[in-house]
Amino acid sequence: MLILGIESSCDECAAALVADGTRLLAQKIASQIPIHSPYGGVVPELASRDHIRKIVPVIEKTFAQAGLEPRECDGIAVTAGPGLIGSLLVGVMAAKALAWSLEKPLVGVNHLQAHLRVIFLEREFPYPHVGLVVSGGHTSLFVVEGPDRLKPLGRTLDDAAGEAFDKVAKLLGLSYPGGVSIERAAAGGDPRAIDFPRPMPGKRLDFSFSGLKTAAAVRVKQAGAPAAGALSDFAASFQEAVVDTLVKKTIAATRREKLSRILVAGGVAANRRLRAKLEVGARAEGFEVAFPSISLCTDNAAMVAAVGDSMLKTGRDDGMQLDANAGLSWDVT
Amino acid sequence: MKPTLTLTTRSTEQTRQIGRKLGEFCRSGDWIGLTGDLGAGKTCFVRGLAKGLEVPEGYQVTSPTFIIHQTYPGKIPLHHLDLYRIHTGMELVELGYHEIVEGDGVCAVEWFQNVPDAMAGFGLAIEIEIVDENTRIVGMAAIDNRGSELLSRLKESL
Repeated sequence: MLILGIESSCDECAAALVADGTRLLAQKIASQIPIHSPYGGVVPELASRDHIRKIVPVIEKTFAQAGLEPRECDGIAVTAGPGLIGSLLVGVMAAKALAWSLEKPLVGVNHLQAHLRVIFLEREFPYPHVGLVVSGGHTSLFVVEGPDRLKPLGRTLDDAAGEAFDKVAKLLGLSYPGGVSIERAAAGGDPRAIDFPRPMPGKRLDFSFSGLKTAAAVRVKQAGAPAAGALSDFAASFQEAVVDTLVKKTIAATRREKLSRILVAGGVAANRRLRAKLEVGARAEGFEVAFPSISLCTDNAAMVAAVGDSMLKTGRDDGMQLDANAGLSWDVT
Repeated sequence: MKPTLTLTTRSTEQTRQIGRKLGEFCRSGDWIGLTGDLGAGKTCFVRGLAKGLEVPEGYQVTSPTFIIHQTYPGKIPLHHLDLYRIHTGMELVELGYHEIVEGDGVCAVEWFQNVPDAMAGFGLAIEIEIVDENTRIVGMAAIDNRGSELLSRLKESL
């Protein structure tokens, strides 16, 4: 099956063509990072207006890159949520229009499930496994039981990990997206220079990054924004606290669920410190850990097509009833 | 001069308690704006409001920065908004902000000072100031008579 995937839940406007859920034939991603960079985060109004401008050319270029005609695809998959409602709607409407005019089946995909499926474009990763989705909008742990079956284990009680990176980066005068700029600033810094809190709310598998963000804010308020070497130490120590929390909870989840495989996805999964420390932590337990390539960690449409493939195979067709749902979570697919 | 009330809290729990008390007195149509630096405890305060408004335990009040607007069911619905990433009045219109503010429910709006048009013209403006790691100064100012009423009820209950 040849599936067209469309993703517009946040600040990436993307389309991709995937064959059999595993072979990426073509993809186009129009990132809005330059637009949002001055604001230190995604501005929803700017995002949806920009999606409207880009969605059709992005889809056209994807087909052109694959050397295929739109009518040659077997179905369409689009992110239906969670995300920014204005942005989601642009993708959903484009997908509906296309599905209707081409008379193809259409499925709405959960963004988190898509992140957890993208690895299949690169390798097999047997079910069940523990999945961590960590990005600017999400920090959630699941047991991934199948391509579209997730059992939630925990999530952030306040800020997402990527959001903490973005906000602290802004505090430090670093650029957006914060995860990338903090990782860069942390190079050569001492991760033990500042003992930031590692919030571990209870024995549950939930996360909390608000206290860590507050600790960083209080420090900047009292001592001023650090410069040069002190900035590297600050960034490295902050990053370390986020990474330690993610690693600890993910390992605990895997142990508790008596599983032995871990999959990490989402924008923050591109963080090299997280990759390295989770590898070490997992190895010590005898667990296997997998990360998609860095280019597939951030939002993309290939992941949407990959999940869509398994959903469309079951004969599902959401058709013109499909609606975007900003708050769509794991339990309302 | 509209009345003000300034309280010092020594923990996130105390900040939340003020929110909870205030939430108990709120009625549909109330507007509460919150300002304060990153990490001051705005979302923490709203978590208290949610408790006071009897939002069921199963609902976790999380940062609305990513999603901008979140509604929680309670004895009165609680609209939790975050204008951290909003900068113009046009964006507020697109967001349906004015309909939310004038509709049913209690509105708690973080970072309202980001956008000039975001002040509802009624209710309470709250500023939370970071003193040190655990200490916050919670300054509350009434915007109209309803805001004054909320403040005096809150004062009586302390």
